[in-house]
Amino acid sequence: MSKLHLYYEIDGSDFHAAGEASSDVKRVLKQLNFDSDTVRRVAICMYEGEINMIIHANGGTVDVWVEECSIELVLRDTGPGIPDIEQAMQEGFSTATQAIRELGFGAGMGLPNIKRHSDQLHIASEVGVGTTLTIRVVPSG
Amino acid sequence: MTVRELVDQLELKNWVPDADLEIPVTGGYAGDMLSWVMGRAQSGSVWMTIMSNQNVAAVALMADVAAVVLTESVAPDEALQKQAEARGLPLLSTPLSTYELSCRLGVLLADKQSV
Repeated sequence: MSKLHLYYEIDGSDFHAAGEASSDVKRVLKQLNFDSDTVRRVAICMYEGEINMIIHANGGTVDVWVEECSIELVLRDTGPGIPDIEQAMQEGFSTATQAIRELGFGAGMGLPNIKRHSDQLHIASEVGVGTTLTIRVVPSG
Repeated sequence: MTVRELVDQLELKNWVPDADLEIPVTGGYAGDMLSWVMGRAQSGSVWMTIMSNQNVAAVALMADVAAVVLTESVAPDEALQKQAEARGLPLLSTPLSTYELSCRLGVLLADKQSV
């Protein structure tokens, strides 16, 4: 398989439409016959990233690089940045608003979920500039 | 056990008649915090929740759950029902509480395993 590139712009104003890009990636990976566990792990990582961008950063972009031996997601936003990444990685830590929590998000599980379902996670963030997540999933099949 | 058998045995209401109900059910997960569900629910689980907004459909799809059951007589938002219809997601409901439904699901799954 040659390297496949997918690109998405995430609309930060439409919380309810969150998941469209993730659904598309899931569909493409299924078509490429990746095993269901790998597809699920990528979908969860990307959806959590999408939700974070919408909740915290007014949207952003996602590049997806697909190879037989590796799927890499690069999620970039120009939001407020993460002041303390170690704290943000702790399950239960959240800065989401009450309105977001009432929709069932903001439990402080986003980044921990990405870490749990990926093989590599790198977070580059600068306060006032933005955040870039680089996520790598190695197919398990 | 399939989703169809679950619907029949527990008299669940099916909000998406065209959904494929022949999906195998391998377990259950109860929870209302969506990220928690996405991180912890196993694929093939029946997800029991009182959340009824359209993000439920996206989470169910990403987590590969077998079906969503809204408990406590909760009805889906119109947007959730449309999303479920568009994605072929089995979306069910029951007057039972999440606890009662969990207990009954557990008994059904145990019975099937012992056959």
